[in-house]
Formats: sequence, C-alpha cells, structure tokens
Amino acid sequence: MTDGHSHDHERTYQPDHPEPAAESALLGLALRELLIEAGHYTAEEERAVIAKMQGASPENGAVLVARAWTDPAFKERLLANGAEAIKELGFDLSPTEFTVMENTDAVHNVIVCTLCSCYPRALLGMSPAWYKSKNYRARLVREPRAVLAEFGVTLDDDVEVRVHDSTAELRYMVLPQRPPGTDDWNQARLAELVTRDSLIGTQRDLAVGVP
Amino acid sequence: MSAPRFTVGQRVRIADRTPPVHHRVPAYAKGRVGIVERVCGLHGRPEQYIRGDGQPLTRLYRVRMAQPDLWAAYSGAARDSLDVEVFEHWLEAQE
Repeated sequence: MTDGHSHDHERTYQPDHPEPAAESALLGLALRELLIEAGHYTAEEERAVIAKMQGASPENGAVLVARAWTDPAFKERLLANGAEAIKELGFDLSPTEFTVMENTDAVHNVIVCTLCSCYPRALLGMSPAWYKSKNYRARLVREPRAVLAEFGVTLDDDVEVRVHDSTAELRYMVLPQRPPGTDDWNQARLAELVTRDSLIGTQRDLAVGVP
Repeated sequence: MSAPRFTVGQRVRIADRTPPVHHRVPAYAKGRVGIVERVCGLHGRPEQYIRGDGQPLTRLYRVRMAQPDLWAAYSGAARDSLDVEVFEHWLEAQE
C-alpha cells in the first residue's frame, strides 16, 4: 500500500444492501469489516455464501419431495438422515443436521424458530418475512391451530398438530402429502405442485389442476 | 465424548435455569417433562460458543412434549405435540 492507508481496500467489506440506518445494523457492518480486515475470513468468502443463499430456493425442496414421493427407498433415507440423503441429489447442508418431517393423515408438521429465525436457507433460500415475525414465532408454539387457520389450514382434532421448534443445530423441512390423482405424474411435474409454505407446514393440501 | 446418556422413548425433564449467556432453551420448555424423540449428533455447547472453537462437543436430543402440558389454557387438541432440541447437560432422567 503506497497511499498511506493502513488497510487493504481489496479486503474491505462492501455491502450489497441499502445503507443501514439502525444502530444495530451499523454495529453488524462494523463487526464484519473488522473480521475481514483482521483476516478471519475474506470479503469474497462472504459474497460466495450470500450468493449461495440467494441462489437457493424452495424449488430445491420441491425436487426432494417429488423424489421422495416416487422413490420409497429414497424417502426412507431422507427421513432417517436428511443431511446424507440430499447429497444424492447434489445438495449439501453439512455440518447442519437436516431433518425432514413427514405429514400423514394422522399428523401435520409445522416448523418455527422461537429463539431467532433458523431456516435451511442454503437449501430453500431466504425465509418469508412472516416466518421471522414475532407474531408467528410467539404464537405458533402456543396456539398452532389458530395460526394455521390464518394460513387457511383447518384440521380436525383427530389430526395431531406437531410443532417443531428449531432451537439448536437442526434445520427442518416438511414432507407434504402427495395429492390424489397424481399417480402417473413424473417427478418434474410433481415438483411443480410443491410450494414454499408446504415445506414449512403452513400449507397442508397441495393444489392439483390450478391453471 | 461418551455414549448418549438418554435413549429414545425415555422420560426426561428439561432443567429450569437461566444462565446469563446464550443457551438456546426457550423459556416455555424450562422445567417441563417430555420424551426423547431422537438422539441427535454432537455439537458445540451454546453457553461456550464464545470460545470460538466449537468445544466442548455435547450430545443433542429432540424432546417431544404434549401441548396441553405446556400451556394451561391450550386451545388445540389433546393429542397435539411440540418438539424441541435440547443439549444433554440440560436434561435429567424423570421417573
């Protein structure tokens, strides 16, 4: 460096987002700059992680669901050890434990993170805003049926509602039920039925035949 | 790290304490009793994340609780359940 600067501009964090206004956001930015300048990681590594998350989408989950619907052995592996099974399709969330919960006629699964907003972003992309809201996080554990009803999901009392609070090191995805009338569909066509909300559990029935 | 102390199906109580550090146990689950739903892997202990080395590796479990046991005025169905992830040092066996 010949211009008298004490740090290397190549290694300075450059935000991709609007200028932060909140003090907490400024502190976060300052911390990232310090970590990069101290050499703990590089700005390029941070960009690569963000790009990976922005490139991920619920379509990845839909591919896994369609495969599970059509390949019982894969479904068994996916439910037993999701992190290993998704590697077969080129996805990798390690070292995170990826856990898939299967909906059945008797059980409806729904995911929340009450402590923060844990979500398998590297696989499913960014979580929806409501998933991060205090309203959803506080109420889903306490009155899940009321919250589900606001998403249009009403369940009889003989269906168990099973809430999964993502409190530590696991990340979750719901395996929705395959809709009737799709027996002769191939995986690509089946995958198109799967929605982001059905992977979180705020949707139960997948619509067939929507134009 | 030794073998898991708890097994699937075992009744466990989640400790009721609030250390002044990051610990990843939601308040509503503290002091509650549930069933070990599955034994998970070994992960860094949240209270010591600040060490930065991911140690000490600690066994993680999923614990399933009955919703009517958690909330005095639970409005859903009696069979509804809730699963949380809890580290081994937060669990004790419950008769």
